Amino acid sequence: MSRPAPILAAFRQAFGEAWAGGAGALLPLGFLGGAAVLVPLGIGSDGDTLRAVGPGIIWVALALSSLVTLERIFQADTEDGTLDLWLQADAPVSAIAAAKTLAHWLAAGLPLALFSPLLALMFQAEASGELILFAGYYALGSLAFFFWGGVGAALSATVRRGGLLISLIALPLFVPTAIFGALAMSAGPGSTGAPLLLAASTLFACAVAPYAMAAALRLAAD
Amino acid sequence: MWSYFANPHKFLRLSDWLAPLFYGAGMLCILWGLWQGLWVVPKDEYQGGDIMRVMFIHVPAAWLAMAAYSAMAVASFVWFIWRHELADIAAKAIAPLGAVWTALCLATGSIWGKPTWGTWWQWDDARMMSVLFLFFLFLGYMALRAAMDTRQKAARAGAILAMVGAVNVPLIKFSVDLFTSLHQDASVITADGPKMAAVYLTPLLISGLGHALLFGGLVMTRMRTEIRERRIARLTAAALEG
Repeated sequence: MSRPAPILAAFRQAFGEAWAGGAGALLPLGFLGGAAVLVPLGIGSDGDTLRAVGPGIIWVALALSSLVTLERIFQADTEDGTLDLWLQADAPVSAIAAAKTLAHWLAAGLPLALFSPLLALMFQAEASGELILFAGYYALGSLAFFFWGGVGAALSATVRRGGLLISLIALPLFVPTAIFGALAMSAGPGSTGAPLLLAASTLFACAVAPYAMAAALRLAAD
Repeated sequence: MWSYFANPHKFLRLSDWLAPLFYGAGMLCILWGLWQGLWVVPKDEYQGGDIMRVMFIHVPAAWLAMAAYSAMAVASFVWFIWRHELADIAAKAIAPLGAVWTALCLATGSIWGKPTWGTWWQWDDARMMSVLFLFFLFLGYMALRAAMDTRQKAARAGAILAMVGAVNVPLIKFSVDLFTSLHQDASVITADGPKMAAVYLTPLLISGLGHALLFGGLVMTRMRTEIRERRIARLTAAALEG
């Protein structure tokens, strides 16, 4: 039990931070709800329009919520010295960074994905089993968002007002996931293989991002 | 071999005559390409008539945008592994130039797209998206470097970001091939050779060479400036201490 302990501790710390420090899943849900409610006010309440833009709005809201959540994920650790302890711990930094990112996704990303069928109904989508499937797609895609966002967060951990920088760094990395995700929910050409590609791009993010985060965290600790 | 190229003095001596040579040769190639493109080659009605002449800027700009990112990623990798300062200087020098050529590609593409496709911009086109994505990667790289408080940290953070972006590029290229798109398929670099008529291909290739030479010359000049800036910083620090 000695070896995985630092990873578990990192997971517990991050999850506790994200869950207890932010009113559980309610705060991210409130953010998503607030963002979604603004849309019909902004573009009008026409049912056909809302049905067409609904899935896209949910993708955008997921991407934004990952950026908002991740701003402080590594910054606080850099400031209070936790990061130096992680670097000395008997566990790879990449695994610790991945555990922290996963904890934040569980607290702030997954609830949003599970909440998405309700939002889709608000955007006038037909109630069907498809909405549950789409929730799965949102969950997959948002995991990639969190991992790429984590890279941005780790790179800008020592930068004051790093939030804006995270957005600029991470948004281009979100693009493939957003394209595959939107394609998976459309009925157009190429939509059959898109869920698999969405899953592949998420796995790719899970495989690459932890190493980039580890390199960036070692830099932040210097 | 690495250490030969990593020596700033040798680089300064080499670029002293190589950069002006690149400028001169690049200028000639670009001017010849423009003259051929604007006055000599017949217009292609299928590609929108006279507007297709923008190809002699648009296509080289697209090549350069991708080449610049690849060069920046390779330089970042070399710096990250071997810590050769010149590689970091090169990566730093390439970023703004790459952003300019990427912007040029986007702008000329829009100008070509409006009369032929009837739209300045098509959001569901993966090819346009991926060039825009490249543009934002360059911007993010520059913003990240600017936000770091020491040169060493800027180099490390920039290298990590450039490499992360580089592993994403194949994914983007793949998505380009997958989606049906307004943009025509690749017609110069294909498995069975160029599909373009020689009358267009030759000026296009010469123009591409010209852009590459101009780019190389500008990178060298920017690197020379950076080397001297670092030398000034070192001398100033030494003078203040002593």
